[in-house]
Amino acid sequence: MPEAVDIRLTVNGKAREGRCEPRKLLVDFLREDLGLTGTHAGCEHGVCGACTIFFDGEAARSCIMFAVQANGVELVTVEGLANGEKLHPLQQAFHEHHALQCGFCTPGMLIAALDFLKVNPDPTEDEIREGISAVLCRCTGYVNIVKAVKAGAEVMRRLTP
Amino acid sequence: MDEALRILGQYQGEARVLAGGQSLVPMMNFRLATPVAIVDLNRVAGLSEISDADGVVRIGAMARQRQIEFAPLIAEKLPLLGAAMRWIGHLPTRTRGTIGGSIAHADPAAEIPMVLQTLAGEVVVRGPQGERRIGASDLFLSPLTTSLAAEEIITEVRFPAMPPEACYAIEEFARRKGDFAIAAIAVMLLRDGERCTMARLATAGIGPVTVRLRDAEVILEERGLSEASITAAADKAAELVEPMSDQHGSADFRRHLTGVLTRRAVQKAIRERAHAGSG
Repeated sequence: MPEAVDIRLTVNGKAREGRCEPRKLLVDFLREDLGLTGTHAGCEHGVCGACTIFFDGEAARSCIMFAVQANGVELVTVEGLANGEKLHPLQQAFHEHHALQCGFCTPGMLIAALDFLKVNPDPTEDEIREGISAVLCRCTGYVNIVKAVKAGAEVMRRLTP
Repeated sequence: MDEALRILGQYQGEARVLAGGQSLVPMMNFRLATPVAIVDLNRVAGLSEISDADGVVRIGAMARQRQIEFAPLIAEKLPLLGAAMRWIGHLPTRTRGTIGGSIAHADPAAEIPMVLQTLAGEVVVRGPQGERRIGASDLFLSPLTTSLAAEEIITEVRFPAMPPEACYAIEEFARRKGDFAIAAIAVMLLRDGERCTMARLATAGIGPVTVRLRDAEVILEERGLSEASITAAADKAAELVEPMSDQHGSADFRRHLTGVLTRRAVQKAIRERAHAGSG
């Protein structure tokens, strides 16, 4: 069994550290070692997208990366989106448009949508559908998620002219 | 890089090279791959540069698919490769997925090997005996198998820059956007009115490895770009492939798709260049 290794990283703006085996997946490290259970482990092979996080500013699947690969990296998880009690504009839009039912995919959906809106801040409906195809939702049929992303994008464009 | 090669050599084929991890780690999570050790190239510096000189575009093996998708140099010199990126998985998987990893993995449905075939690119490989170069036509042997030795690592991918006037397109059929291709065709053409001075056609997802469809290319080069000629080339393409049969589609269905997608790809390449020319 290989020795455990130290991992130092920044998560949601805070310096964090932990120690785990090199084979441990990043999603498990976040949930089990750092107690950040907002990031969900769904399919665990990179298909469903529930585990999507920001890795040095770009969305990536945390279930197909090793925790040791995050050493020295800046992560943002769903816990880092809201400002205290104030929801992020995209979270607020998800709330207002009822863009979730069970909520399991929501953390990944939010991160993937935010990443895609950085690349394309003013998307058409088709582009939103392609953007969120990175994450699977088994409840909503996506209609309200598309509405929420569109509405959230509008608010975000107003906030960052 | 020397350290990576040394460690890989020590394990005598029992270690695996980790690039973007978008295929290897899912296989490990399923215990379909159980390497004794992982050699992580993410810690090796200098493997993700994109540059061009003397008509050749050089892309470091660890260049991310997302990096390639948005690189101005790729849009200018290798627009077919840029277009291929949008067919690979999703933006969050392209954040990590690399060009070298996709080629070394050699999934029959992967788009990057198809573009390597279409553009007659090559990979630069390092191993215990030093450096060698392998052309696309000598690289892909069977599903998930290349002509790389177990102790070799791809360090760079090279493509001849596309001529600025080249027409190009990718047509792909999959159940959902971002899924593996059931069949895909990439095309690059040089035309002079109705004449076609050079044609390149390659496949993904159809047979066990990506192949060039040379006999179909010849039809376009000899008979031009009339509807009749495009139909003849598409029919020939469907005849040339050796399609696989699986739960996603029968061999007959893939053969049918080969013809349909070849026709669409050639027509799209011509149409979009015509728009670009008039715009």
